[in-house]
Amino acid sequence: MDMDRHAANPPFRLPPRLFDARCKACWFTAAVIVLVAASFASLDLQWAQFLSLDAARGMARFAGEFFPPDLEPGFLRQVAVGAWETLAMSALGTLLAAAAAIALALPASRMHAGDRAWARAPMRLVLNALRSIPELVWAALLLISAGLGPFAGTLALALHTAGVLGRLFAEAIENAPAGPADALRAQGVDPLRVFLYATLPQVLPQLLSYTLYRWENNIRAAAVLGVVGAGGLGQLLVFHMGLFQMDKTCTVLAAMLLLVALVDSLSYASRRGMTR
Amino acid sequence: MTTAAASAPTAAIPSRDPAWRARLGWAVVALVLLWPLLQATEFEPWVLVEPANLRVSAQFLASFVPPAHDRDFLALVARETWRTIAIATAGVTLALLVAAPLALIATRVLSVSAIGSADGRMAALPALARRGARWLLIALRSIPELVWALVFVRVVGLGPTAGVLAIALTYGGMLGKVYAEILESGDTHASTTLLRNGAGRLQAFFHGLLPTSAAELTSYTVYRWECAIRSSVVLGFVGAGGLGQQLEQSMKMFAGGEVATILIVFVVLVALADRVSAGLRRALG
Repeated sequence: MDMDRHAANPPFRLPPRLFDARCKACWFTAAVIVLVAASFASLDLQWAQFLSLDAARGMARFAGEFFPPDLEPGFLRQVAVGAWETLAMSALGTLLAAAAAIALALPASRMHAGDRAWARAPMRLVLNALRSIPELVWAALLLISAGLGPFAGTLALALHTAGVLGRLFAEAIENAPAGPADALRAQGVDPLRVFLYATLPQVLPQLLSYTLYRWENNIRAAAVLGVVGAGGLGQLLVFHMGLFQMDKTCTVLAAMLLLVALVDSLSYASRRGMTR
Repeated sequence: MTTAAASAPTAAIPSRDPAWRARLGWAVVALVLLWPLLQATEFEPWVLVEPANLRVSAQFLASFVPPAHDRDFLALVARETWRTIAIATAGVTLALLVAAPLALIATRVLSVSAIGSADGRMAALPALARRGARWLLIALRSIPELVWALVFVRVVGLGPTAGVLAIALTYGGMLGKVYAEILESGDTHASTTLLRNGAGRLQAFFHGLLPTSAAELTSYTVYRWECAIRSSVVLGFVGAGGLGQQLEQSMKMFAGGEVATILIVFVVLVALADRVSAGLRRALG
């Protein structure tokens, strides 16, 4: 009698209904569709202007003006200075950020099970605030007190990156194997030395790897920080683009791409060297 | 006996640091390397505490409290916040249109000629097409979205169109590259079998590759959407609409209260997007 209810082969089934209130993926898809439709509907995008023949012609002329790039020696020197400034901004910003991140990550992490870590929650809040404001916004804010130039950019990179690295560092420190630290603590060693001799050596490769990764990101960021006046290649870019000197803009853009590619390959090579 | 036990550890601790030479040496090297960096970035922290600068900064910071909260301004901020989200969403949607075909072209796993040949190598033309798609993705991705936005602001004028296009192109590059990587790193057994038995590339993709990697693809797209919200704020600084444009205007007018409100809204928005994206990605597994 069981046979009556269950066929030997699975019965021919209808496809599932298109929308089922109990299906989470359906709700997700519906929400995405609504969000996308609402976005396009509310944005008054000027497709007509963008897709018209006129715009296409303007675009072609605009793109044509980029070539040939301006390779005059004097200008190239200027670009080289800008590139060096960008590189220095990103390196120093990352360095400052790593130092600040260590200082912020220590109170933001629970060192051992008995640690009350009263500063953990407020510190995490600070780190999140630092992290969620982009470098460019920091730079625009810092221009008021640090003035135009690469110094504001460096500080902006340092602040944002300190938030990012601080959180990563805190997580690395909390996830480090507790054995060595516990052993030292049982001997009555003070917390600073426990960190320096037990926790830090274990997490150092990870911290370095995070820092290098952020440096790579920061080069990209530093290249465009100049858009708000914070020095480096971005400042040159905006300046020449503002004057519609597209051949010079092209050179600056090429320098940007070259710089990023260079650092990418360097960082990739060194990370491979470290993990091997 | 007790005295010996107590004094033994103290005797074992050296009175001075045995590694001081190396430490000093590395410190000097670090300083020498650091010096040009400090020079190049005009690193002068004392500028921050110069009386004139300090007064301006203090005034600006003091004007942060109380944050602007009149009804008109809050309505404006709410509208701009939605525009920020809309720019990010529309941008990522268009980025998908760029990324999906390019990723399909760039995926090596879907190569029919590689399966047909004895040594698993692609024929010349498909190999070239895949290389070309990859290069296009790299080119799209390596120009920062801010530069794309600057260019598009020149072409289509101020407003959200430039922001949407900038996000579409840069994120198209990023998504396409990662999509191709996800598709290639997944389990390719099913798709290879399908291709070997005469299925088309699209059939192999939809029935072999997509089911196994759909969750990962969606998860990465959601994560990128979250990033796009952050970058659409930044794009506002060059005139592409949204919260960033409002922030820049308030900053130019030294309206500290407005800046404070926008910053708070922005931090909350980013935190929310972070939550939503993390929750969704956890649900996707």
